[in-house]
Amino acid sequence: MSLLQLQNVHAYYGAIEALKGISLTVNEGEIVTLIGSNGAGKSTTLKSICGQVKTQGAISFNGREIGSQPPHQTASEGIAHVPEGRRIFSRLTVKENLEMGAFSVKDKKLIKERTEQAFVYFPRLKERFGQLGGTMSGGEQQMLAIARALMMKPRILLLDEPSMGLAPIIVEQIFDIIQELNREGMTILLVEQNAYQALQIAHRGYVIQTGEIIMEGEANLLLSNDQVKEAYLA
Amino acid sequence: MLYLFCGFYIHKRGFNMISEILQTLPQVLVDGLTLGAVYAVVAIGYTMVYGILEFINFAHGEIFMTGAFVGTSTLLIFNTAGLLSGMPGWVAYILILVTAMLFTGLMGVGIERVAYRPLRKAPKLITLISAIGVSFLLQDIVRFIADLKTGSFLVTGISLYNENVKIKTSSIWDSFDDAFLKTNSIIVLAVAVLLMIGLDIFINRTKWGVAMRAVAQDRETASLMSINVNKVIALTFFIGSALGGGTGVLFAQQYGTIDPYIGFILGLKAFTAAVLGGIGNVRGAMFGGLFIGVLEMFSAANLGIITSGNFGGEYKDVVAFIILITILIFKPEGLFGRAVKEKV
Ligand SMILES: Nc1ncnc2c1ncn2[C@@H]1O[C@H](COP(=O)(O)OP(=O)(O)OP(=O)(O)O)[C@@H](O)[C@H]1O
Ligand SMILES: [Mg+2]
Repeated sequence: MSLLQLQNVHAYYGAIEALKGISLTVNEGEIVTLIGSNGAGKSTTLKSICGQVKTQGAISFNGREIGSQPPHQTASEGIAHVPEGRRIFSRLTVKENLEMGAFSVKDKKLIKERTEQAFVYFPRLKERFGQLGGTMSGGEQQMLAIARALMMKPRILLLDEPSMGLAPIIVEQIFDIIQELNREGMTILLVEQNAYQALQIAHRGYVIQTGEIIMEGEANLLLSNDQVKEAYLA
Repeated sequence: MLYLFCGFYIHKRGFNMISEILQTLPQVLVDGLTLGAVYAVVAIGYTMVYGILEFINFAHGEIFMTGAFVGTSTLLIFNTAGLLSGMPGWVAYILILVTAMLFTGLMGVGIERVAYRPLRKAPKLITLISAIGVSFLLQDIVRFIADLKTGSFLVTGISLYNENVKIKTSSIWDSFDDAFLKTNSIIVLAVAVLLMIGLDIFINRTKWGVAMRAVAQDRETASLMSINVNKVIALTFFIGSALGGGTGVLFAQQYGTIDPYIGFILGLKAFTAAVLGGIGNVRGAMFGGLFIGVLEMFSAANLGIITSGNFGGEYKDVVAFIILITILIFKPEGLFGRAVKEKV
């Protein structure tokens, strides 16, 4: 069943049209990846879903239209977005960052449980619990950003270039965790420039170029597609 | 020989000067801290709004002034209704504080909604002009109402606590003179400290307080955590304005007579306190306010002594500001400010 569906979505920054009629679907339980080069419109797609940019077209989540609602409402309905560049709150502690992720959760016990769960995925965060977010390494910050998003127990996780600026070994760890989250039932929309690794863990993929989807299909088919190979896997 | 004599003379004069300064020091500290507490709480309002919206809410001084008028008129109304004689002074005090704080808090929320939010995407200068407009508007509305009701825009309230208490600071050290303290000064200090502690706990320990800091750092990302950014901004205005209005009541009780223009100079000084502490930093604003209050009272009491009567206490603001500017030249981000703004 499709959990998230975009149909003919256009997005605008003032007069600039950054998305020119995009359609994509994410089904429950899938990892779907959206790949493309700089400025293709990947982040804009995620921002459109969250209500951070002005859009036209249909965006439905769980069968309901969400295209025109404010970001905080979309988030509280179960869409967690880990933005590009991590955007952790650098002057809040790790603990406070996680609490903010759980802002819509009223039950203190539940927050505690999920914090413990976050430590299982990311043991480093336990050691850094009282530390200011901004003093952590890039990899740790990315882990915190994902952990923070998980605190609301979302129905879908949107990840914007989680591998950005990280050492290969850390990227591997993060991708392992993404895969594990998915195995436990999390639906994931993964935006990446790192097309090879993204397609390896994804079920399906979309290729975006200058605001348009130019290709879509099973991840392993895209991996072996000549055009994709030439443009994104070189 | 002449040289030696001069040396001795200067030394002697210096000694006299120090002993004179010491004599008045307890009084300077008492008055300075009282005034500084008023600056500090008003400064918090500037710094909170700046922290979240990066703009100077120039109407904040007028919110303080409105608080002073609301508190004073509430008290006058109690009095004409004959309620005042029947209730203890502290009850009346709490009532007027709460009334003024609620009134100005809601007013702050309204001002943000009407005058600032529509301009949120506009350049900060435009919002600043809007704030200046709100200032004039508030001055004129208060002046109009005060004139209408009392026939003058100068309003003298009823002092609830105006006895003088002598503090025997001379018994601590005999270089000190005794200090005199209005009972209301104690209330000003106590209420200001309570408000500041309460705010500090709120900001650092509660969910909405943390959300406030999160929104101040990165509004966009905060909204992705299901934080309603507009609600947080409204809350910030409510708290900042309520603090400002409450301080207005303390001020009116302390100094007796108020007019619609008291917010201007006081607002400037509180704003300076916020900058001195590092704008955006709440604890910095508290410290900056106390610092400026003491500095101002120190200059008022001692300028004549230090300059052998060439400049009197009326130059206190000049001296205070020279010192402030000097500090800011060496530490432009303020005493507790962040040196560089981090990039996201
Ligand atoms: N705030 C903005 N204002 C104006 N134009 C923007 C803004 N953000 C993005 N754009 C434009 O929209 C287009 C798509 O940008 P987007 O950030 O979605 O690309 P991206 O695929 O995420 O790229 P990257 O891999 O570099 O993150 C680009 O041409 C970009 O210049
Ligand atoms: Mg991007």
